[in-house]
Amino acid sequence: MAVISRGFTGRRREPGPDLPPGQFLTRDFPVLSAGPTPEVDTADWQFSIRTDDATLHTWSWDEMMALPIETVDTDIHCVTRWSKLGTTWRGVSLDTLFADVETTDEFVMAHSYGGYTTNLPLEDLLDGKAWLAFEFDGEPLEPEHGGPVRLLVPHLYFWKSAKWIRGLEMQQQDEPGFWEQNGYHTYGDPWREERYS
Amino acid sequence: MAATVSKTSYATPSGRVIELDVPHWPGNLAGQHLDVRLTSEDGYQAARSYSIASVGSGLVELAVDRIPDGEVSPYLTMDIMPGDQLEVRGPLGGWFVWREGATEPVQLIGGGSGVVPLMAMMRQHAAAASAVPFRLLYSARTDDDAFYAKEIDDLAGPALDVTWIYTRKGPGSWTGPIGRLTRETLAAAVIPAAENPAVFVCGPTPFVEAVASWLVELGHDPARVKTERFGGA
Amino acid sequence: MTDGKHVDGNALAGPLSEVFDFDVTSASARCASCGDTTELARAMVYEKPHSFIVRCSHCDAVLMVILQKTDATELDLRGTAWLRAPR
Repeated sequence: MAVISRGFTGRRREPGPDLPPGQFLTRDFPVLSAGPTPEVDTADWQFSIRTDDATLHTWSWDEMMALPIETVDTDIHCVTRWSKLGTTWRGVSLDTLFADVETTDEFVMAHSYGGYTTNLPLEDLLDGKAWLAFEFDGEPLEPEHGGPVRLLVPHLYFWKSAKWIRGLEMQQQDEPGFWEQNGYHTYGDPWREERYS
Repeated sequence: MAATVSKTSYATPSGRVIELDVPHWPGNLAGQHLDVRLTSEDGYQAARSYSIASVGSGLVELAVDRIPDGEVSPYLTMDIMPGDQLEVRGPLGGWFVWREGATEPVQLIGGGSGVVPLMAMMRQHAAAASAVPFRLLYSARTDDDAFYAKEIDDLAGPALDVTWIYTRKGPGSWTGPIGRLTRETLAAAVIPAAENPAVFVCGPTPFVEAVASWLVELGHDPARVKTERFGGA
Repeated sequence: MTDGKHVDGNALAGPLSEVFDFDVTSASARCASCGDTTELARAMVYEKPHSFIVRCSHCDAVLMVILQKTDATELDLRGTAWLRAPR
């Protein structure tokens, strides 16, 4: 039996319409890491989308920067219970990157420099729901926050917004990624508290 | 195991010494830690590891530094009172420990509250009246922030050589330098590699990493340098 | 490649006491990726809610993942080729 510690509440959880259940507000930008921070130079950075027929769509840093860039104002929610409201990002919409990609697969495995993977349904990346982000609050995205480029999928818990993104691989089945194999929920909706499996 | 807070006292402006009464505590070696788990009334749990400043059986002494954005340390440093209960597991770890029978000279290097497990080693060394040479290098922000400052001063002498580093401010009588530990200061203060000391380094991760790499550059055998980084919160 | 966010393998003593009845911090492990063999106390441990990711201090590869579930502790050891527990 657990011993109740008198007066211990954990971090203050202030309910509010913008705050998913079990989350608390932070003004910092905590870093949650599972390994050393990969150092990726924009000159070497490359992003690719690989489809089931092994077609590879690739973009260099300069090619990505030549695409339409959007400003995104959004809230972010980390599985470790912090939420940050009203963050501002700049990046390229995944709709733009998927414009010429032909696929019948419904799932995606996101691959990162450093070897991490996380799985997502394709529909969660389209229709203005996801970006490749390279700027946070007006500054280039720092390596510890996933720079030079991270995936930004703000409607899911933030581990789905893969840091140091280097590619997406289409998959027929929803195979679990690194985080999901290690106990995290396969989908990760913060409003339904889909934290752990 | 359910532990009852027996006594608390402020050790520094942000740090507190907590004595726990743990029924059936089997006693601990110098340098071991325990895990504390807190449970809120709604079932939310948070667990952290803390080094033990005491040695052997009897009350278990922790010294906890408050991390402003932390979740567990603010509770332990500000909220708990004697009589409160905590869930603990331990003693834990048999690697970062000093055993009384060891004969090689010992170099202790602590940063901030990283002095806590080293304190257990110094206490055991003193209690045993051991002839093994002990040296401590302790880096604190200011003299007010140093844990166990008075006890360390009292222990300092022929059996324990103490070097203080103050990164911001020293005591009134301090005439030494103020500033971060450097490789040169470290080289001058520690037992030379040629004497094959056992080295224990404990502190925040950047401190431990800097010290450990300097020690290796100064010729210390990496296998004889034991480190304990703490993440905090 | 260091980021100051990890602790030492010492932190594994508590969580792994639920799986092994020897002191894991004094145990040695061989990394399946690079073959480096050293005490688990020297591994790099990244603590996450409900899990610990343990990495080789030599090559950064994942040695093991400890999952703390409500009803069980699970240990994924695929990155560890060999383990030695001193008596």
